[in-house]
Amino acid sequence: MKVRIHVSLKPGVLDPQGRAIHHALEGLGFEGVNDVRAGREIELDVDDSVSDEALDAMCKQLLANMVIENYRIERVAA
Amino acid sequence: MSFRGAVVTFPGSNCDRDMAVALEAVSGVPAIRVWHGDAELPADLDFIALPGGFSYGDYLRSGAMAARSPVMQSVIEAARRGVPVLGVCNGFQVLTEAGLLPGALMRNASQHFICRNVKLKVENSQSLFTAGYSAGQILSIPVAHHDGNYFADDATLDRLEGEGRVAFRYAETVNGSARDIAGVLNEAGNVLGMMPHPERAIEDALGSSDGRALFESAIRSLVEA
Repeated sequence: MKVRIHVSLKPGVLDPQGRAIHHALEGLGFEGVNDVRAGREIELDVDDSVSDEALDAMCKQLLANMVIENYRIERVAA
Repeated sequence: MSFRGAVVTFPGSNCDRDMAVALEAVSGVPAIRVWHGDAELPADLDFIALPGGFSYGDYLRSGAMAARSPVMQSVIEAARRGVPVLGVCNGFQVLTEAGLLPGALMRNASQHFICRNVKLKVENSQSLFTAGYSAGQILSIPVAHHDGNYFADDATLDRLEGEGRVAFRYAETVNGSARDIAGVLNEAGNVLGMMPHPERAIEDALGSSDGRALFESAIRSLVEA
């Protein structure tokens, strides 16, 4: 089954990339964008037997850096 | 003397040779070269250096893949036993990703890659790496990085400052680092991570010899020990 891991910067952590994207959107004339935060999505194809605990451990040990990032695990129907 | 210093090379390291040259120039003994896939470090090392570069192409996060490579388990064990470990630039990123140093190194606040000599202030001149400097001394050392913006939460920063674990601070605006921190020590003082490159500043012909005293202090402390 497919699993999507959404990794995002924690609130309060400065996001220079998001700020640059925000600036570029304004440069293109888009109005009303208050803030931009850039993150990362990692898609895994795993056996159905892979537990939530194992996915959680993958995120904590490698996929996210818990000092600066949060993660959210989403199981996607195949 | 029988100094045994090692330099670990990851795929994408590019300052490993400079680091080996610096260690040999100061110790007089050729550095032992270690490959990331080696399961074990050579025995009885006196010093381990993690060099700069772009290990694993900075995939996922700078230093993230290298921190989980086979040799790092041995580096972590050696660090816990008290072996001095120096991580420069990408090596600093690897040390934070491996959990040997607190905090994280994020994209420079300017978004630009920065490659120039910077003014660096010695904050702690008591550590085994910095005993050759005086507190408050201003050094000129090159930086060359995209992800050097040091981040840690306020409680961690307060603790680092309170325990004298900020080894170096930028004496000018460089990359947006929290409290201008350029280099930090672990709790025991035997692990130093820093973004500037002391190994690129070991003789005047390179533009500065201000980095040499770091290797001299570290190696002298080992000989006297």
